[in-house]
Amino acid sequence: MQSLMLGAATGGVNGGDILFQLLAFIILMLLLRKYAWGPLMGIMKERQTFITNEIEAAEASRKEAEEHLAAQIEELKQAREEARAIIENAKKQGEAQGEAIIQASREEAERVKESALADIASEREKAVATLRKEVASLSVMIASKVIAKELDERSQEKLIQDYLQEAGEAR
Amino acid sequence: MEHEAPIHTFMGLQFNLSNVLMITVSSVIVFLIAVLATRALSMKPGGMQNFLEWVVDFVKGIINSTMDWHTGGRFLTLGLTLLMYIFVSNMLGLPFAVAFDHELWWKSPTADPTITLTLAVMVVVLSHYYGVKLKGAKAYGAEFFKPFKLFFPLKLIEEFANTLTLGLRLYGNIYAGEILLGLLVGLAHKGIFAGILGIFPLIVWQGFSVFVGAIQAFIFTMLTMVYLAHKVADDH
Repeated sequence: MQSLMLGAATGGVNGGDILFQLLAFIILMLLLRKYAWGPLMGIMKERQTFITNEIEAAEASRKEAEEHLAAQIEELKQAREEARAIIENAKKQGEAQGEAIIQASREEAERVKESALADIASEREKAVATLRKEVASLSVMIASKVIAKELDERSQEKLIQDYLQEAGEAR
Repeated sequence: MEHEAPIHTFMGLQFNLSNVLMITVSSVIVFLIAVLATRALSMKPGGMQNFLEWVVDFVKGIINSTMDWHTGGRFLTLGLTLLMYIFVSNMLGLPFAVAFDHELWWKSPTADPTITLTLAVMVVVLSHYYGVKLKGAKAYGAEFFKPFKLFFPLKLIEEFANTLTLGLRLYGNIYAGEILLGLLVGLAHKGIFAGILGIFPLIVWQGFSVFVGAIQAFIFTMLTMVYLAHKVADDH
């Protein structure tokens, strides 16, 4: 038996060893579960959830950033379009205003010219009227002189003379 | 070189006090390592916590390679304790052996077939227990008649063969390692020249024994999980 059992090195079975080994192992396992593996696995699990949360948070913030970026691009595009519209508007308005100013000045010039022409016409009318009046009075004067001469030769001669003289003096 | 075992009878049971001592020492060392490493747990692990987390992941890998985590998760504590206990036990006999009054006191507890077979029987009994618990007695019993009824005797033998190989493999490896270490050390008794010559193979063999001890601890844990998976898994 001794040569067969080698390490056991005795006859019979060491029932005490078996019991002791079983008890020791079970006690060791229970103690380790309570004092070592339990806390260790707890913290490993905790870390796992922590990492999961972190990854999820990172994913969420990345998505958010992407959304923001898209919004920014959209906004930029809109702003650019708006600016182009404003410039276009201003250009159009400027052109229209210029056109209006030219139109107004043209009309003004026309008006000034018209009024100048009217002035000229009225002045001429006035001058003609004055001349006509002058000629009439002159003719009356000549007629009266001629009539006066009819009275007698002498006095007529004299009248002509006088008249001529008068005319000459007046001249 | 032949040492006796310090055997004492107590309450009708035979106690090999060397085994009792070494089982206690191994358990205390494992407990101290595990507890000291998990005293200052932090989210950013360092030092011993890192090492122990690696061990946990290692055992998780063993379990995951044999069954799915849903059923295998409950065996994590068992696997961890087995792995560390057997590894520490294997290492204990390497640096020295202490003999007192021709009785061998300090050795690997796993260099004794009583101890290794106890562990093996415990594992196999656990596998049957969980087989009945998780699958129900009917499905558990049906496993013995698959793929057909003629297999029943083979299956029965397989259970005993599993137990024996599991225990004796560990015992044989560690015991043989210690025997060879003892022989190499014994060279010193033959003369100073032989002693000096014997140092080199002694160093090599000690290094190899560390390797063997680690491998055997791994194999024992791995086979434990395989046997458990065999009993609790649904598909085969």
